[in-house]
Amino acid sequence: MRVALFVTCVNDAVFPSTGVATVRLLERLGVTVDFPAAQSCCGQPQFNTGYRAETAPLVRRTVRAFEGYDHVVTPSGSCAAMVRHHYPSFGTDAGALAPRVYELTEFLVDVLGVTDVGAYFPHRVTYHPSCHGLRLLGLGERPRRLLEAVKGLELVELPGAEECCGFGGTFAVKNPDVSAAMGADKITNALSTGAEVLCGADNSCLLHVGGMLRRQEAPLRALHLAEILASTEEEPWA
Amino acid sequence: MSGTFVGMPAFPKAAHEAVRDERLRANLRHATHTIRDKRARAVAELDDWAALREAGKRIKDDTLRHLDTYLLQLEESVTAAGGTVHWAADAAEANRIVTDLVKATGETEVVKVKSMATQEIGLNEHLEAEGVAAYETDLAELIVQLGEDRPSHILVPAIHRNRGEIRDIFRDRMGSWGRPAPDGLSDTPAELAEAARLHLREKFLRAKVGISGANFMVAETGTLVVVESEGNGRMCLTLPETLISVVGIEKVVPTWRDLEVFLQTLPRSSTAERMNPYTSMWTGTTDGDGPSAFHLVLLDNGRTDALADEVGRQALRCIRCSACLNVCPVYERAGGHAYGSVYPGPIGAILTPQLRGTASEVDASLPYASSLCGACYEVCPVAIDIPEVLVHLRERVAEEGGRGHRLERAAIKASTWVLDHPGALTAGERLASAARKALPKRLPGPGARQWTDHRDLPELPAEPFREWWRKNRT
Amino acid sequence: MTDSRARVLARIRAAVDGAPEPPAVARDYLPRHAPDAPGALLDLLHENLADYRAHVHRTTPDGVAGLVARLLAERGAATVAVPPGLPDEWLGATEAVRRLDEPRLTPYELDGTDAVVTGCAVAIAETGTIVLDGGPGQGRRALTLVPDLHLCVVRAPEQVVASVPLALPRLAPGRPLTWISGPSATSDIELDRVEGVHGPRTLEVLLVTGG
Repeated sequence: MRVALFVTCVNDAVFPSTGVATVRLLERLGVTVDFPAAQSCCGQPQFNTGYRAETAPLVRRTVRAFEGYDHVVTPSGSCAAMVRHHYPSFGTDAGALAPRVYELTEFLVDVLGVTDVGAYFPHRVTYHPSCHGLRLLGLGERPRRLLEAVKGLELVELPGAEECCGFGGTFAVKNPDVSAAMGADKITNALSTGAEVLCGADNSCLLHVGGMLRRQEAPLRALHLAEILASTEEEPWA
Repeated sequence: MSGTFVGMPAFPKAAHEAVRDERLRANLRHATHTIRDKRARAVAELDDWAALREAGKRIKDDTLRHLDTYLLQLEESVTAAGGTVHWAADAAEANRIVTDLVKATGETEVVKVKSMATQEIGLNEHLEAEGVAAYETDLAELIVQLGEDRPSHILVPAIHRNRGEIRDIFRDRMGSWGRPAPDGLSDTPAELAEAARLHLREKFLRAKVGISGANFMVAETGTLVVVESEGNGRMCLTLPETLISVVGIEKVVPTWRDLEVFLQTLPRSSTAERMNPYTSMWTGTTDGDGPSAFHLVLLDNGRTDALADEVGRQALRCIRCSACLNVCPVYERAGGHAYGSVYPGPIGAILTPQLRGTASEVDASLPYASSLCGACYEVCPVAIDIPEVLVHLRERVAEEGGRGHRLERAAIKASTWVLDHPGALTAGERLASAARKALPKRLPGPGARQWTDHRDLPELPAEPFREWWRKNRT
Repeated sequence: MTDSRARVLARIRAAVDGAPEPPAVARDYLPRHAPDAPGALLDLLHENLADYRAHVHRTTPDGVAGLVARLLAERGAATVAVPPGLPDEWLGATEAVRRLDEPRLTPYELDGTDAVVTGCAVAIAETGTIVLDGGPGQGRRALTLVPDLHLCVVRAPEQVVASVPLALPRLAPGRPLTWISGPSATSDIELDRVEGVHGPRTLEVLLVTGG
């Protein structure tokens, strides 16, 4: 099977390792991965901040970049939700991309039909289900089922898991105090689990929570789900 | 008299204070988490919740689409049943109508059932200025009124107060409003409720004029519905000789049968009960039972502006259950006062800017007072897509180009241009990667400072993903 | 006033002008959530009333008078308000002084009355709710509000329905209606429910079967 990787702008610029991990994971599962170089940002930050007109060129670019692909896979629930829920309001062509975009765990579980991806990650992990994946995409148990099948991984319940981490795109900048207070509570909950890794499927949330963890020099690091799933006994992820 | 929201600072500034108030944070956390789990259980009891929610949404959408027809039908039914209907285009007119009605009775005091509409128009303050004392009788409203405070929640206006604070307010303030609190009043909820019972009873028994809102008005029958718990509503609706109800025009529902939906969804969403203790329904006046004069004041006050907005009008479906407040992570941390309106929380963030416009600093900041996490939409019993309306209102605020938004638009335009020109993007990414060692942990400047006050910036990678791809896969 | 009426209506018409017709209301929710069997329904009513702190008793038509007398005595009620049309036999055994609400008792007289005994129009099992419509034996609304103790007689199975959708068609909207689910309560202190505010703090429900 041939799929296009929609790496997302945040992963491209800040978390390339998540993109690399996604490529490695998909290739290991027998998928041929393309990276259409014309892709850029899906336009979600602009759109959610109230700049619809400024979003339109990015929507057009994204739609063009993935023309001809039946499966577009992205390691971001937030960007997948943008395409699926908001692209249709930008016209028929944009709407046509919506059903072809899959968030990574949807692609693995629903399209490839796998939950055990042959991963090995001998760590105590807790999972934060980011809001857009949870509520807009309805990812449900998919990430958990994938994590539970990882050899050596101990999955521990995150208290208040379904509560927003406080990132919210430009919310983090426009309402810094509330955002930080939400992040602090998320971290307190995550630390209470005794986990070594706070796993998520959206790096924008992890940028926020991870940044707070580093600032506090907390004994816990944020890591994208793709990087855990890419890790094997032969080639452990750093 | 309770404080006002006039001249409130923008949401982020008000929230800045609130998140640092440890007691407030603890009170809100305790109360919202208590009700959250209960609501989930009460809703889970009904297998057909999704169908009830969809039906509620459609009933309200139909109502709003034909609002003129239903209001005229309501007017006819209420009038036929012995009531008098008044129309108020705005707050000033509603206040004037009510004041004139009260004065015509010759009374100088009124008892009030908790009503969002009368809070919205500042009726108590207006009556006070006209020499009429308005006594709030809902327990939480009483706490707010005695404490000269502002409401911070739709259902429980004193949610920001814990039992100890309530005890202090009762002990210190009840005496100057009427019967003082019993000696040695403790902070147990049962004793506090008893103190309110004793304090208000004399007011109920002598009251000649009652003022209420309504949860629903049935167009086909002219019936008004008030849903409550304490019995203060029943007192105000039943004992006085004159009853004046001030109700937003969107509170009408077409048919008697429509109540079967909302009487199932409202109690479970608001107080997490199968049914609230008391629901009163009345149609005009009834000989020998209750007030002999009934006036209904239909209030617009910005609702028709909201109705004209095809995305925003869904906010008028709201049945004021406050489930969205109780699940909102932003409300939980910022508190209700930060919203600068009697309508706080997610619903307030979309309702207030539509009712009042976005000219003031606080109103223009409300659409941004959300991380768009969607928890509010998930629990809304009439399926108001609050995140959708928030984004829509952000478009409006950005369009108006107020303070800060012209600069923001320029920055957004610039970022779009870069993101739409991969050559420039790649160059930028390479430059950032090359300079990554030189980046400090805290950055100055708008945006960057707000980020780095609380968080480290990520370590920028040695190369962007597209560079890795070029080297390894092409 | 007339001006504002015209103004508001004109604003509404302008606001929705050209708006599409919303989808028709679908009533595919359930007419009831509880089984139809009368015995099960009565048990559910009993359970839900008790869950919201009403005191529930079972009796037969012959047992009402004795039970009413016992409950009034146990609560120390010396005076009882009586709505017109209340079956005489219900108060046949009590020693409490009867105050017939005819002519109407003043609010102060009601406040000085310990209890009230009424029937009801309908009871809803799923929600533990009793509805009064001011009919014979129920009285006007103030009667069941001001005294601190309310004894309410429900005749089963004929007055018991499963659900809110089944209750509404049995009620006349033109009558003043009071829906009662337990004694008065509040959630206003820390969003936690406590019973006993302005309405009757004690609600005794007598479920009468075998009529």
